[in-house]
Amino acid sequence: MMAEFLQFLISGLTVGAVYALVALGFTLIYNASGVVNFAQGEFVMLGGMVTVFASAAGMPLPLAALIAICAAIAIGLLLHRFAIEPARGASAVTLIIITIGASILLRGVAAIAFDKQFHKLPAFTGDTPVDVLGAAVQPQSFWVLGGTAVVVLALYVFLEHTLVGKAVLATAANRLAARLVGINTTTIMALAFGGSAAIGAIAGILVTPITLTSYDVGTLLALKGFAAAMLGGMGNPVGAVIGGLLLGLLEAFGAGYISSTYKDAFAFLVILIVLFAAPQGLFGRRVVERV
Amino acid sequence: MNAKATLKTLLVTSAMCLGLSHGALAQGTVKIGSVLSVTGPSSFLGEPEDKTLRIYVDKINASGGVAGKKIELVIYDDGGDANKARTFATRLIEDDEVIAMVGGTTTGSTMAMIPVFEEAQVPFISLAGAIEVIDPVRKFVFKTPHTDKMACEKIFEDLKKRNFTKIGMISGTDGFGASMRAQCVKVAPSYGMQIVADESYGPRDSDMTAQLTKIKNTAGVQAVVNPGFGQGPAIVTRNYAQLGMTNIPFYQSHGVASKSFIDLAGAAAEGVRLPAAALLVGDKLPENDPQKKVVTEYRQAYESATKQPVSTFGGHAYDGLFILVEAMKRANSTDPQKIRDEIEKTKGFVGTGGIVNMSPTDHLGLDLSAFRMLEIKGGDWNLVASGS
Repeated sequence: MMAEFLQFLISGLTVGAVYALVALGFTLIYNASGVVNFAQGEFVMLGGMVTVFASAAGMPLPLAALIAICAAIAIGLLLHRFAIEPARGASAVTLIIITIGASILLRGVAAIAFDKQFHKLPAFTGDTPVDVLGAAVQPQSFWVLGGTAVVVLALYVFLEHTLVGKAVLATAANRLAARLVGINTTTIMALAFGGSAAIGAIAGILVTPITLTSYDVGTLLALKGFAAAMLGGMGNPVGAVIGGLLLGLLEAFGAGYISSTYKDAFAFLVILIVLFAAPQGLFGRRVVERV
Repeated sequence: MNAKATLKTLLVTSAMCLGLSHGALAQGTVKIGSVLSVTGPSSFLGEPEDKTLRIYVDKINASGGVAGKKIELVIYDDGGDANKARTFATRLIEDDEVIAMVGGTTTGSTMAMIPVFEEAQVPFISLAGAIEVIDPVRKFVFKTPHTDKMACEKIFEDLKKRNFTKIGMISGTDGFGASMRAQCVKVAPSYGMQIVADESYGPRDSDMTAQLTKIKNTAGVQAVVNPGFGQGPAIVTRNYAQLGMTNIPFYQSHGVASKSFIDLAGAAAEGVRLPAAALLVGDKLPENDPQKKVVTEYRQAYESATKQPVSTFGGHAYDGLFILVEAMKRANSTDPQKIRDEIEKTKGFVGTGGIVNMSPTDHLGLDLSAFRMLEIKGGDWNLVASGS
């Protein structure tokens, strides 16, 4: 009974950690620009796919992962420079539509540049499951959870304890005011796109040994990550992480204790109920004050 | 002359690709039509089918055609869209005036095209999987791929031999998984199988440990069956090993019968059994196997022409084309009605999918021997000797 509970818990947390990272990427860009970047899932795909192909080309895994992160950052910056920046006067809705277009483009290019097959990566530290009080856990799960914790911590330190980080927060709070005090908001936005691309790529690299990857894994992840961000309260980094973990847990416990057929429906039902009760999400208060 | 003909075929084919054909019927040729999902989500099915048809029609024409007539192949790409498929079907009948059709990549597009061919009374050999295509029997509709019902029966036959009666199922909710699950549930009683656990997962899910934990904790599960397609079964297999369930025999379906499944599932795939067509294990078939020659030759022809590994899907197109060609030879006519009658009389046709014996009540003509039970050992397929 306990073992069963733990199994669901860890499986939920692992999947949830990935949702959390995707939601975090959404949050970072949303804060800097007010745009919901629907190409966020494609960054996750790029992280996984580039690592797979770089390591297939003979590179050691750490180097391949580094290349993947750099590639994702480069594409994030290009996306900002050539798609978002030229349209900066447009409304947020227009920008969101641009990101949807970008996500379709990236997926299409990936299908041609890589292929349409599924790929795997070897687990970082072996495949032998670890026994945690009767629950069998893949070592990679610890990498995913640990990696997520490190990313969240690093982001927190960056935002709260560095000057550039504070500039990001200032831009998020009020773009015009930030500009008036001498912050280059265009650079900050580029930074946000690069940063969230890196977070997405890291998520993709960490999770590929468990979930496999292909050119079109991004779509569903973007959807789940968006749901997680909404659940936690759009624009709140803490909310994004908690929203992601919660969504993962809802799915795992829903499948385990209720019915696997209605697993997704169950998770989304809970989200709907939460949003009916608190339309700003669980931690969405600060956003209201800012706007 | 020959070079000219080749050039002409080439020109005509390229015109077809652009959908610009106006169907100028040359003397001494017969037109065979095809609507395939060469692009779109089912392209992994449609692409090998398309290549197979082109390779073999060229071969047939190079050796003189059928009964003195060259085959002109008209292929349209429906992109996986059943509406488009129906439009193209109408075009094949009305503009191109084909004498027969080998195509219909997915069950959806096949079902959409059936009324067109039934009404025009032109034989239609479908390449789609579901049993609905030929059950109930329609006068002009045939198909070559084995059905998911047969896959269930093959698995249950093997389970019965091993004296297992209580099984758990974990099925994908995609079309393939859901359809096969339904067929398995239907035929289970006739093999004395009791389904004690019945779980499912979404086609895009990345973790199935919750469902498998439930099956693991269900009392009396003697074997687990996973009808599914794509990457889902690979993740299920990995989770299965992760949870230490490998002492319970695990069956996959023919939906994962490709090398990439073994690659993706890795060491976790060891000991997994699945039913599959002979084509996959051509090199492992004993010399006296009736299908040995056909599958080895098809594999060679396909792989040398495309530089891609052979798949069972292209094999279905091969079977469809040659069932039709044989029937045309026997009918010695280009009359669709006569060709239909001869297709129905196909007996002992050795194809890549099995030995086909059609009848007025069976427009598929395969029995369970078309499936081979395989076990994954040492990262490769191995034939399970019958009775073990």
